Amino acid sequence: MGGMAAPQVAPVETPDTEEVPVSDRPWVTIVWDDPVNLMSYVTWVFQKLFGYSRERAEKLMLDVHHKGRAVVSTGARERMEHDAAQLHAYGLWATVERS
Amino acid sequence: MFRRQGERYVATLVVDEVRVLRKVATEVVGLLTDGFDHTDPVVGRLFPEVYPDDSAGTAEFRKYTEGDLKTGKIDQAGAILAALPDSAGGEVQLDAEAAEAWLRGLNDARLAMGVRLEIKDGTDLGAELDEAVAADPSSSRVFQLSVYAYLGYLQESLLNAMLD
Repeated sequence: MGGMAAPQVAPVETPDTEEVPVSDRPWVTIVWDDPVNLMSYVTWVFQKLFGYSRERAEKLMLDVHHKGRAVVSTGARERMEHDAAQLHAYGLWATVERS
Repeated sequence: MFRRQGERYVATLVVDEVRVLRKVATEVVGLLTDGFDHTDPVVGRLFPEVYPDDSAGTAEFRKYTEGDLKTGKIDQAGAILAALPDSAGGEVQLDAEAAEAWLRGLNDARLAMGVRLEIKDGTDLGAELDEAVAADPSSSRVFQLSVYAYLGYLQESLLNAMLD
């Protein structure tokens, strides 16, 4: 991914208060690529746990596979911990962090 | 390999398959009971650190989730043992609930073996097996790699039957 900074268009007087404080940023559940889980199984788990369509689940699985990790859900910390625990029950490698 | 038969998923297993499945499911149960140890990389993979950079957060999460997770995984391995034919080969018949437990239990067994066998992304199982056979055809690695490959086929065939 490009690391180049976008042209600085924001005027310098932009108040800092418009930035979202760390404490207000949502949490995310991340699934990491691993060499054992079958692609078809990972897709099935995403459909089963999150009710995603086959297309969406497959795209997410491919994201995990090609990029090494993908965000599978976003929300409150407790909710993300619940999702991670469920994913662990299915043998997926899931972690929680702030988005 | 599994096929759908009405509401059930059915596979005919020969005696060696029954033995192997009994062995791996029993090993998973052993890992989760007597030998449970977070420093074991297999346990680390089955119970990942939910906050890799926050050991206190991970410990807190484990306090509330690990018991259920462990029980679930023991039950999944137990579902495999419960559905196996007694001693000789024979037919395994799974309803929807047992099929899901098998799918998850087979996955746990593959994860455990994958860690021990140091399976990496892009590992070519056929090439690994050829290499192991060339080194020593009677080695435990040859056996373990064959079992690992077999479990993958079995899991995939069950999933395909469920999606059928």
